[in-house]
Parts: sequence; C-alpha cells; structure tokens
Amino acid sequence: MILQMNDICKDYLQGKMTVPVLRNIDFSMEEGEYVAIMGPSGSGKTTLMNIVGCLDQATSGKFFLDGKDISKCSDNQMSDIRLKKIGFVFQSFQLLPRQSALDNVALPLCYAGVAKKERRERAAAALERVGLEDRMNFKPNQLSGGQKQRVAIARAIVNHPRILLADEPTGALDSRSGEQVMELFESLHKEGVSILMITHDPGIASFAERIVEIRDGRLKSKEAEAE
Amino acid sequence: MLENIRLSFQGIWSHKMRSFLTMLGIIIGIASIISIVSTIKGTNEQIKENLVGAGNNNVKIQLYQGEGTYWMDGGIPNGVYQLSQDQKQQIMDLEQVENASFYQERSYADGISYENTTLQGGTILGIDQNYMETCGYQIYQGRMFLESDFEQVRKVVLLDDTAAQSIFQEEEPLGKVIEIKGEPFTVVGVVKKSDSFQPVIQSMDDYNTYSQESYATVFLPNSCWPIVYQFDEPENAVVMAKTTEDMSIVGKEAAEIMNQSITNTTDSLSYKAEDLLERAKSLQDLSRSTNSQLIWIASISLLVGGIGVMNIMLVSVTERTSEIGLKKAIGARKRRILAQFLTEAAVLTSIGGLIGVAAGIVMAKVISQMSKTPVAISVPAIVFSVAFSMLIGIIFGLLPSIKAANLNPIDALRRE
Repeated sequence: MILQMNDICKDYLQGKMTVPVLRNIDFSMEEGEYVAIMGPSGSGKTTLMNIVGCLDQATSGKFFLDGKDISKCSDNQMSDIRLKKIGFVFQSFQLLPRQSALDNVALPLCYAGVAKKERRERAAAALERVGLEDRMNFKPNQLSGGQKQRVAIARAIVNHPRILLADEPTGALDSRSGEQVMELFESLHKEGVSILMITHDPGIASFAERIVEIRDGRLKSKEAEAE
Repeated sequence: MLENIRLSFQGIWSHKMRSFLTMLGIIIGIASIISIVSTIKGTNEQIKENLVGAGNNNVKIQLYQGEGTYWMDGGIPNGVYQLSQDQKQQIMDLEQVENASFYQERSYADGISYENTTLQGGTILGIDQNYMETCGYQIYQGRMFLESDFEQVRKVVLLDDTAAQSIFQEEEPLGKVIEIKGEPFTVVGVVKKSDSFQPVIQSMDDYNTYSQESYATVFLPNSCWPIVYQFDEPENAVVMAKTTEDMSIVGKEAAEIMNQSITNTTDSLSYKAEDLLERAKSLQDLSRSTNSQLIWIASISLLVGGIGVMNIMLVSVTERTSEIGLKKAIGARKRRILAQFLTEAAVLTSIGGLIGVAAGIVMAKVISQMSKTPVAISVPAIVFSVAFSMLIGIIFGLLPSIKAANLNPIDALRRE
C-alpha cells in the first residue's frame, strides 16, 4: 500500500465561518497503481492533492504515505518527504525561467545534496527518459508547451519518487502534446511508477487504471457506482 | 552556498537596472565614507609632516617668559646664564637624542651690510659645530665652518641662500667681506636646507609657523658671537629626537636640564620646547572630530540604502512567489529558501560596497586634485566598508528572506 487515507477531513476558515472542503475521505492506492481523480472545480480535488503531496495537513483523520504517518510530521520532515518520495507535475509546468532544462531537472538533486557531477548525469538521464536529450541546455522560453511539461516530468522523476502527483498535467497543452504526455505517463506506469492524477477531463482520466470521482468533498469510486 | 552565490549573481545580472538602483544607496554611502576617511587620513599625515617635518624630528628649546618667547630687549635677564658644558653633555646623553646643538639667535638683526647693500630683517645665529648637521643644512658653495674657525675665533660667516641672494644678488659671495655691526666678517660658504628638512607651506598657518626659517639667515661661529653681541642673547637649543614620537619627551627633558641653571624665580622665565608634535595632534583631533560628524551623515545614506535593499527584496519575494512555492513543493527546506534570499541580499550589497569603494577612491582623488589637499587611502577602511555593506545586506535582507521562507507553498503555487 503506497498510500492510505482514513476518514480524512479538511476544513478551511473563511472569515469566521468554517468551511468543510473534504469530508470523511477513505482512499488508498496500491504500489504501481495509476489512478485519476475527477471532479468539477471546487469539489476539493486540489485540496486532496495537496494533502497527498504533503503540502498541507488534514484537519482530522489518518494519512499514511509509504507506511509513514504524515499527520505527525514537522515542516522539515514534510519537506524531506516531498523531496524524496513525491514527484510533482503541475498544470503550468512551474519551471524556473532563467535556468536551462538541465538545471531545472537537477534542482531537486541539489536539495538532496547530490554532488554536482552526479547531479548532471542523473538530470541528463531523466531528460533522456522523457525524450529531450537534445534540448538539455535550452531555457524554458525556447521550449514548446509539451516540451516544458516533459522537462517538468523529468524533474518529478529524477529523484525516483515513490509516487508521481500530476495536477491537470494536460490542462495548458494542446491535444497533440497532451497525448504525448499521456503516453509518457503510460510508459512510466509500465515501469512501475505509481501515478495519481487530477483532471476534470474524462478523456484524460480514461488513461488511468482506476478513476475516482470527487464531489462536494466526498469520494465515490467509478467501479463502486457501476456495481 | 556557492550555488546560492552563483544564483544570486544570475538574478542580479538579469535585473541589471533594478539591481544597480538598489545598490545606489549603498554605493553612495560607502563612497562618501571612503572619501571622507581618505581625506582625514591624508590631512592628518600632512599636518604631521608639515608641522614636524618629515625626516627632521627637531625640537627647538627657547627661553620663554610666561607663554611667549623671551623678548631680548635689555639683554639676558638676571638669573639666566649661558649653559654649562655639563648641561650640554647631559642633553646629548639623553637616550632618545640623536643630535643636539646650542646657539644664540637674534632676529630682525640690523647692521649687516656689504658695500652699499644692507640686509633687512635677517636673522643672525651664533652656532656650534653641530648646528648645520642637526638642522639639515648642506653646503652649496664654499665650505662649512672648520674646527679651527671656532678655536681661533676667526671672523667668518656662512650665509643661507636667501641671505646670499639678497646681499650679493648676482655677485659671487665667496671671499667677500661683510660688516656686522661694524665688524668685518669673511663669507666662507653658502648653505641650503636640504629638501627633507624643508617644510611644505600650503596655508597662512603653515607660513606663520615657518616664517622665521624662511628669512635670510647669517651664521657665525658661536665663539665669535660675543664680538658682535656680547652676551646679550640667551642660549637656545635644537635637539634632534631619534623618532618623531620621541620629540615631546626629548623636548621636555632637555628643557628641564636647561632650566636647572635659571636662578631667577620672579619673572616666570623658563626654557620650553616648542612642541610641534603636540600641536600636530591637536590639529589632527580637530580635523578628526569635524570629519567624524561627516561619517555619521554618510552612515545615514547607508541606512537609507539598506532600507532600499529591503524594499526591493520584498518586491522580489512577491514577484517570485511561484518560484519559492515550487522550490518548497519539490522539497526545499525553509532554511534553504532563507539562505538563498539572504545570500542574494548580501551579494547585492557587497557588490554595491565594492563599487562604492572604487567610487570613493576616485572621489577622494578628485577632491584632492580640486582642493589641493592630500588623500591617503586607508586599507582597513576599505575592508571594513565591504564587510559592513555585506552586513547591511544580511540585516535588511532578513525580513524579506523570512517572509519568503515562511510562504505557504500552496498559496505560492496558486498564484500564477
């Protein structure tokens, strides 16, 4: 079990009102699984993603990532978990504009204290894995949207994370580049990488092995509905 | 750390104009401090050099009545005698004394003439054999006094170049006979003060200090002195100290020895050293205290510069919110973000400090050219300035850096 959530609730304080965003979420993922979470905007899917990504703490409930109880972690421990166990892919790529593709990919290795030479080798290997070996020294503004997202994916996998979290990975891409990104996810999945993807696009969600729907802060599994 | 510094340079370089404007406050502050410190140091060195004379270290000890030099109207006052051989030897034997000479002096001497020319307002000195060496005179024409001149009381004189010029104009002075109060004296040589003993005169104050020395001077062997002036003048001393720092003490000790022979207690007569070093110090203190106020004013511009840095860093943190969010999301700890921004602020202000030092040196040179005052670049001041500007970066960068480090990555990433 790569990830397990028991009765997770998350409330936000809006002025003096407490707004519940996630309600009693029970969710788990097997190692190597490829899951899509679907839901309209405001359904709480991003909040769920933030909790899974150790960017946020749940208000109540238990959350285990790779067997570790995250609800008891300090800020620095959460940073280290994000560094070593999670790879993020964002809708808007989030590349550092002044750094080359190679430096962008090497950034997490830098935080992990990897020596410079090894950093370059591993970053180069990750770029090769996403098919951008000929774009290593390009700056983000010299790359197309699809290429940027592939650099971002290379950065996400360079530390060999336990799970890849993708938030609307094709949201800012045309359908052709979106397909390429999906093919890449597919092949990463085949290599055994666990992937959790958020999307509101059913077409993109259909690439996943399992689709979970979220609505008003509550989960319902597609399979469960079908039964 | 090196990585952070490299990134800082990259960041600064990519916003050249903004970075430069941010640094400007620091540059101006540091430049003013460097130029002020250089000017103070230059002025102080000049004051010391002017008053004390580089390579000279001479202290004059003269008879004073109260606060002023004794005015020899009616000859030597009662109770003051010529110095004994023993007193002279005691002074020569003082530990910090390099050389000493004893002489009689009459300023505004009259009755010095050659044919139809009369020397106006000259000074006559009756000197011993050490005088020329102690006071740094060199022979220019003819010869110095010989031991036999003193022993045989030969009526010979030496002229300094000013005196030779005004008495003889174009004529050859050597071998000519001049009259001093009707007594004939043969000119045996012309002397000149060697350059290192020449004071630098750049102001009215300097002029007053040295005016006496730039008058025409005629030298007699002291054994001849009574022929002209009997014993109308007290004996003075000029003592050369081994180092400039010894001058005050040497002057005091020599004056004390000379005072032993004064028996007159009613007219407040005493030998006193003309303490140039003390005067130099008080002048230096004066210039230092005026200028230290200037340094405080310059420091205010550093403060303003620091606030400017803080302001820009805060803007930069806001601008780079998503970058910070991303870095935190992929696993950078708070400390790393803090270090990154602190390094950036410190690098920024250090570069500002370096440019400021360069600008300050240039400014000091320009000031010295324009106002004809010397400057001396102070290395400790440069090191201090650069270190201090780095410190300003760290202090004023702290608030923005803490703000960056504490950004919530979720909020930071949401802002596009």
